[in-house]
Amino acid sequence: MGALTVNTALLRQILVGFVRDEVYKVGVRKGVLGLSGGIDSALVAYIAAEALGPENVYAYTMPYRTSNPESEAHAKLVADSLGINYKVIEITPMVDAYFTLVPDADNMRRGNKMARERMTILYDHSAEVGGLVLGTSNKTELLLGYGTLHGDMASALNPIGDIYKSQVWELSEAMGVPREVIEKKPSADLWAGQTDEQELGFTYRAADELLYRMVDQRMSREELIAAGFEAQFVDNVHKKVQGSHFKRRLPIIAKVSHRTIDRDFRYARDWGK
Amino acid sequence: MDFTVALAQIKPKLGCLDDNLALIEAAIEKGIAAGADLVVFPELALTGYFLKDLVPEVALRLDAPQIERLKILSKRISIAVGLVEVSSDFRFFNSALYLEDGEIRHVHRKVYLPTYGLFDEQRYLARGDRFRAFDTRFGRVGMLICEDMWHLSAPYILAMDGAMTLICLSSSPGRGISGTEGLGSAAAWQKLTSTTAMFLNCRVFYCNRVGYEDGINFWGGSEAIGPSGDVTDRGAILEEDFVVAKVDGGALRRERIFSPMMRDENLAITVKELKRIDRENQC
Repeated sequence: MGALTVNTALLRQILVGFVRDEVYKVGVRKGVLGLSGGIDSALVAYIAAEALGPENVYAYTMPYRTSNPESEAHAKLVADSLGINYKVIEITPMVDAYFTLVPDADNMRRGNKMARERMTILYDHSAEVGGLVLGTSNKTELLLGYGTLHGDMASALNPIGDIYKSQVWELSEAMGVPREVIEKKPSADLWAGQTDEQELGFTYRAADELLYRMVDQRMSREELIAAGFEAQFVDNVHKKVQGSHFKRRLPIIAKVSHRTIDRDFRYARDWGK
Repeated sequence: MDFTVALAQIKPKLGCLDDNLALIEAAIEKGIAAGADLVVFPELALTGYFLKDLVPEVALRLDAPQIERLKILSKRISIAVGLVEVSSDFRFFNSALYLEDGEIRHVHRKVYLPTYGLFDEQRYLARGDRFRAFDTRFGRVGMLICEDMWHLSAPYILAMDGAMTLICLSSSPGRGISGTEGLGSAAAWQKLTSTTAMFLNCRVFYCNRVGYEDGINFWGGSEAIGPSGDVTDRGAILEEDFVVAKVDGGALRRERIFSPMMRDENLAITVKELKRIDRENQC
């Protein structure tokens, strides 16, 4: 576990500074985020409130009729404890309107549609309040591809995308995220009783231990197995990382000119800022 | 001689020459007001670091009006500053200028361009081809740019060329967060600057920038290090700062009496063995 523990004071300083700097340099002062009631968005709300001031953070909970009421209660608890702007926007009417047209859609399609519905609401509110959408995907779920492309993965900037779930827990403790939120089982809350770990088939702790060694330390398959990871687990996780890589990249462009965007037309996003 | 050095731990804006020049000029005035004799800026202070295709767009010839302005200011304070230099044959260098008494005293073109991990310098920049010490009103000085310092031979050559002060201009990204310790990159640099000073009986002035570019932070922590390797002054981590350090001229003399490693350093053996290695490598 040693490898995944972090200096939370320093991590907090870097992430708070990141949000402040990257928001301000765009010329705005506000941040917008979806508050699910889970730990990732709670932590981002804490970071954003410290970076921008609670009055400049706009959080939205966007429940569907099957969402667990506890999620909304936890989101409200986070918003209240921080004193950030908070609103609940039901997505049931829009989502149901669509699914009356495609009634046979499975759980995955429904979950993705809900995530994308929430994304459009966040971007609309980003325009309304004049703030940037803050991402809430952590490194574990980004690497595993456990998120919806153009849904919960969409954001202008993401303060927690380079920290593993285990580190999210650790930093959340240090920043005072409410205990109920830290201790509950992670869930995308797409259907009743769903938990991430059940759906993934392994725990976040186990995945983090493996991913840290595989990705950060670049240990080979042989080294990982020698270190005590089961071959099947290593292969399964590796397959998820590789299979979801498209979600972490911009769309690829057919090259015909001498300067193709992102290929040989290369500028930082902070160009001129 | 005793003198005062200022380390301007600034936050340049990516690709904004005018804004950065204003920032640099303000820091120079601040240095003058603080009674500093020398002000050191970070690597690429005039341009920002992750320039990519902006390199040719922000590059300056050495006769550029921006440099003229800095030359004029150098009549009042000596200045070490980083920028992109374009040569007459249109090569672009990550360069450090040393300006004093209204003149460019020295140009160092970064030799070791990191091109691995998050770095991509060799894609955009041409490589310098020399390490030379030069005379200043503070004695003989050598300049290094960031990665240069990670190559033992670079500060060694400067010290053998007579430098007693090493100035390192840096844009070091913060990375490697773990345990209860500080940033991995900061810890590694702190070991390096201190050890280099100690090995070569030189004082080291290290100026690193702060701010974020596309989510990458620069950690600051600029330092003045005495010739025994002791850090006398250190800037804030991750925050803008302006370090004003009094330099005790006598410390260098005393250190060179206590540990005369540079006196005893045998250039002839080093050159002979390096030549042999070179010869053998050619076979």
